[in-house]
Amino acid sequence: MKPPSMRGKILRIFFKNRTSIVGACISVTILLIAILAPWISPYDPLKQNVYYRLTPPEGSHPLGTDEYGRDVLSRVFTGAQISFLISLVSVAFGMVIGTLMGVIAGYAGGKVETGLMRLLDIIMSFPDEIFGVMVMIVLGSGMGNVMVAITVLMIPRFARMAHAPTLAIKEVDYIASARAIGASHLRIVIGHILPNIFGEILVMSTLWLGTAIRLEASLSFLGVGVPPPTPTLGNMVRMGVDFLAVAPWISVFAGLAILVSIFGFNLLGDGLRDITDPKLYAR
Amino acid sequence: MMTYSLRRVLIAIPTLLVVLTITFILIRVAPGDPAEVRLGDYASKEAVEALRAEMGLNRPIWVQYLDAMKGLLLGDFGRSMVNGRPIAADLVRSLPYTLELTLAGILFGALLGIPTGVYTALKRNTLSDYLGRTLSLGGLSFPTFYLGILLMLVFAIKIPVFPVVGGGPLDDLSKNLYHLFLPGLTLGLIMTAYVTRMTRSSVLNILNEDYVRTARAKGLAERKVIYKHLLRNALLPITALIGVYAIVMIGGSVMVEIVFSRPGLGRMMIGALKQRDYTTLQAVMITFTSFVVLINLLTDLMYGLIDPRVRFK
Repeated sequence: MKPPSMRGKILRIFFKNRTSIVGACISVTILLIAILAPWISPYDPLKQNVYYRLTPPEGSHPLGTDEYGRDVLSRVFTGAQISFLISLVSVAFGMVIGTLMGVIAGYAGGKVETGLMRLLDIIMSFPDEIFGVMVMIVLGSGMGNVMVAITVLMIPRFARMAHAPTLAIKEVDYIASARAIGASHLRIVIGHILPNIFGEILVMSTLWLGTAIRLEASLSFLGVGVPPPTPTLGNMVRMGVDFLAVAPWISVFAGLAILVSIFGFNLLGDGLRDITDPKLYAR
Repeated sequence: MMTYSLRRVLIAIPTLLVVLTITFILIRVAPGDPAEVRLGDYASKEAVEALRAEMGLNRPIWVQYLDAMKGLLLGDFGRSMVNGRPIAADLVRSLPYTLELTLAGILFGALLGIPTGVYTALKRNTLSDYLGRTLSLGGLSFPTFYLGILLMLVFAIKIPVFPVVGGGPLDDLSKNLYHLFLPGLTLGLIMTAYVTRMTRSSVLNILNEDYVRTARAKGLAERKVIYKHLLRNALLPITALIGVYAIVMIGGSVMVEIVFSRPGLGRMMIGALKQRDYTTLQAVMITFTSFVVLINLLTDLMYGLIDPRVRFK
């Protein structure tokens, strides 16, 4: 095989950067839309106007109206806001709790490690949607409970991610030296282990933000997410399915918003991951 | 190899028990119970209590637990608490649909994904590579249910090629496949995205290995290099991935079954959850978990087939 040409190398790094740039653009745009939703929505997302129910996309309603005459565009904006809120909170909590669990398991070792990781393995052996539905059935519907369900699904991911590097870092010489001069376990964890895994954790958070968005949409689609009339993107797809033959724009556009959001975060996370990949520079 | 597989089966048993126990606890913690569901919102308290006693829901919890475990592990799934039908019969009716759907997804994903992954790896940093990578990233960004809805919209509603809903009969193969096509395609496309990415990275890792360079330096035809050396070694992590994503696909099959109104385990389970049908739920969970265990076992066996080193450890 030809050795990687200069051109190939440059193209590659450029593409990587382009990936993250495009991903960043998409993600930031969507985040802005979500944050500014109340101000940029042309209509009140909850206002029903039955005369204009199920109108196709046109001038005054660029994305059409739904079965109650509510403007789909405004509902998509607001739905994005709520979906994002849920996902961000869930990933944030999942990150904190999960990383701590993974680090503690890795650092403590022994029975604690085995027990914790086994438990997490069992949770992860359930398909996400099924476990999510079970949690939601137990807790009941509502935005807070959806956050809890998704957080629970995020925790094992972060824990697994934090576990392996902790094992590696634990064995490094300077840790032993630190212990020798009297550094407490807590100090080592906070001062040495956490900073070293921080980068990876952050990159994966971006990717898992997309997963969280998809999970929230799936749960809402199955009917156990945030209940109507609050718009979430998954909610809207679910209700739009009933009208798929006559008014496909409801489900199509709500779903498109989900797709673009996940894609944006995946692009960003992928790009970031490739940029921070040490193997890239070894070749 | 025998002891290896046997050990894996033995580990599966406590997993099954834990999953069943968690299911048992979770569903009973949820508000509402099958007695309330059966009698509806306007039933009197006495009537609900009477039905509860009749269903055995008044017994101490550990008695119910042991009873459930005994039944499930011995294969006696009992009757649904909500509609009284024998669960095993419903399971036997639904299981083939889920099995064929999952299988279709895995096969499609592997058959399309592996060649695509190899191709994009070999044609690295060219236009086809970027196209392939963007498409596969797009593929795995697609929520399963949305892809299903889009496919249904285009190929069943707008252009009536395929049936919109339903599973089709089990005894008529062509009709069955006709109903399987769109749902299977949905799962398959998403699986393809994952497999392509994994294959690509796996092949790229191997391309830099010494033995590939040696093979090429020897003058071995490129085709032989690909088949004899690259593929066999790349197949190992790909098999691992397929095993893992088969599990993801079980979750995906639930969504697809709901979208296309297909009979199957997923629908049974969601229905049982919503109706607090304890017995059906437990039976479905044990089936699902056995499924998962089986897939893990098969994956390990495939490992052994592909990599002789595993067999003779």
